[in-house]
Amino acid sequence: MATQVVMPKLSPTMEEGQVARWLKKEGDKVSMGEPLAEIDTDKATMEMQALSAGVLRKVLIHEGESAPLGQPIAIIGEPDEDISELLKTATAAAPAKEAAPTPAKPPESDKAPAIEKPTAEPAPAPTPEPSTDGRRPAGGRMLVSPIAARMAAEAGVDLNSVQGSGPAGRIIKRDVEEAMKAPKPAAGTGAKLRPLAMPKAQPGAVYGPSAYRDEPMSEMRRTIARRLVTSLGPIPHFFLTTEIEMDRAADMRQQINTLYPDAKVSINDVIIKVAAVALIQHPQVNASFQDKTVRYYEHADIGVAVATENGLITPVIRAADVKSLIDIASEVRELASRARERKLKPEEYMGATFSISNLGMFGIDEFTAVINPPEAAILAIGAMVEKPVARNGEIEIHKTMRVTMSCDHRVVDGAVGAQFLQTFKQILENPLYLFLGS
Amino acid sequence: MPVITMRDALNDALREELARDESVFLMGEEVAEYQGAYKVTRGLLEEFGAKRIIDSPITELGFAGLGVGAAMAGLRPIIEFMTFNFSILATDQIINSAAKMRYMSGGQFKIPIVFRGPGGSAYQVSSQHSQAIESWYAYFPGLKVVMPSTPADAKGLLKSAIRDDDPVIFIEQERMYGMKGEVPDDNDFTIPLGVADIKREGTDATIVARSLLVPTALKAAEELEKEGISCEVIDPRTIRPLDIETIIKSVMKTNRVIVAEESHPFCGIGAEISAEIHERAFDYLDAPVKRVSGADVPMPYAKNLEQLAIPDVPQLIAAVKEVAYV
Repeated sequence: MATQVVMPKLSPTMEEGQVARWLKKEGDKVSMGEPLAEIDTDKATMEMQALSAGVLRKVLIHEGESAPLGQPIAIIGEPDEDISELLKTATAAAPAKEAAPTPAKPPESDKAPAIEKPTAEPAPAPTPEPSTDGRRPAGGRMLVSPIAARMAAEAGVDLNSVQGSGPAGRIIKRDVEEAMKAPKPAAGTGAKLRPLAMPKAQPGAVYGPSAYRDEPMSEMRRTIARRLVTSLGPIPHFFLTTEIEMDRAADMRQQINTLYPDAKVSINDVIIKVAAVALIQHPQVNASFQDKTVRYYEHADIGVAVATENGLITPVIRAADVKSLIDIASEVRELASRARERKLKPEEYMGATFSISNLGMFGIDEFTAVINPPEAAILAIGAMVEKPVARNGEIEIHKTMRVTMSCDHRVVDGAVGAQFLQTFKQILENPLYLFLGS
Repeated sequence: MPVITMRDALNDALREELARDESVFLMGEEVAEYQGAYKVTRGLLEEFGAKRIIDSPITELGFAGLGVGAAMAGLRPIIEFMTFNFSILATDQIINSAAKMRYMSGGQFKIPIVFRGPGGSAYQVSSQHSQAIESWYAYFPGLKVVMPSTPADAKGLLKSAIRDDDPVIFIEQERMYGMKGEVPDDNDFTIPLGVADIKREGTDATIVARSLLVPTALKAAEELEKEGISCEVIDPRTIRPLDIETIIKSVMKTNRVIVAEESHPFCGIGAEISAEIHERAFDYLDAPVKRVSGADVPMPYAKNLEQLAIPDVPQLIAAVKEVAYV
């Protein structure tokens, strides 16, 4: 079995030795106890004996070179033995050194073909951390005080998101404490709401039916449409239901009405506004199926289902995405009252881009609504009720509301509808978002 | 409690221990007839006689050796160095004999000896007479090193040192002999060696200071309090054995440390304390441990330069602000 020959301790105070002369050449037979090399120690030149028998397969430290105690300087083994593993560990053990003071002799001719040339492997250069953001100092390393690092680890604070206020941007205790105070993003896997520019309605502007652009229908979209219609009538419906916590929306509505008693904003008005804002973020839902194109609307014109003695009619709130809640509230009130009096003009109840039907006032928990063509979807709103909700292992009472969206599958696929509904839910649960638009 | 000077507190400790134990005796240059170069031994010759209060020739190595021999023979010598600058002449007896004898005799000999006297800077006595050499003695296993910063600590610690069965290096700060403070006049009042004292409690930074730098640290802490920075001031009192636990506990609370000392920075006690803190409480640090040491130069003679060579209140305040990132 092949063995490494290591630099032996030849004097009590010796820490490294220099190979003065190899007494054997690579390929020479060596018997145990036979002089192998002469080593210069700090005290004298000493003979070193072989501690195993075989063939001197590889000289690792050449004449004139030094090695610390214990470092492999040669390998002895059988003539045809595979010593690549030993070679690897031997070169790994060798400290990365500057060129030896005495130039090494070129290795003598390799007699054992299996042996690779000894390559002084340079220590792998430390890979600098990629500077993923401009906060890192030029060296690329994040500077963190030990206590700050520990606190961040314990509190689950991502140091990448912490701005260091210490010297050279070092993240210190104070910075982590600040980061810990900042509210954590709401748990859950929901896609994050991104801030969205929300244009305001021009004062005095009158909004007609929304502008739109028609885009040619893809072959795939056409096929989907064709196949689904054969399965489920001219408009292939599918339904998505979700439950929404309404505490904040209800609070907000109440606060607005406290501030502006004349506003008389209803929860339904809030829902209209939120749906309009969500539609602008998901234009695929604010769309309609045309024969050869899909029509995408610029504004969200929301049809609001109103029950009258003569039946259902849906007055339209034009451009609800840009109107204020208070404007929406008064417009809905005015249109609904005229609807009941059958005084609506056709343009006031035709051409919505999306509809909302609310049967919550009748105590309906949830229901499915039928799409009003050519709109691509309709939202069916159930009653807002208080109910127990499990939260972090505790039971809490929350106001909840179930909504079901009917989608025209020719235009809106399941995932697209679900994403819209997710945004709708997020905004409705955090209605402050309505006021954050730039 | 009577308010007395550090000098008188030390005198009380000596008197009480000389009276308590007949094996205690005092030897040194000018300690008897002249009553001490700094009057610490005032009145002792008169009270205890020339057999126990002994004027020595100017031979530090000689009388230190006499002391070690007397200790081996069962007495409890107190060897006064006129200043610790002169103890340098006696280091062979202190380090090779006093510190080693118990170990090398396999415990057959105890060496209950106190080497005491003033150390550190005084007022314009220049390079050779202004040295804080506690790190020399603290370096050697077998020696205890004590440095009081108040009259009460001086009394309690000196009495414990005299009663201790091992050699104790007891370094009094030359500038502090006139410092006044409340001191218990109880014969049994002692302060155990190896126990640090929290001189002031705080939450934002810890100043570890000893001897001359304790009052400086307290003043700095007072100033910083006005700016809303709360400093804890810890006086180890005994340099060896060092009460590192008390320091570490404080570091875990404040996360920031200053070590203040009048001695040189290189290989000093501050370096040792800093290393201990990094080894034991690394995860609690919010900033590197900061040393505020005496200048790394021989003590200048010129008054203005001498002042610059010793850490002062503004330096400590700046250091605390540095580690507290203010």
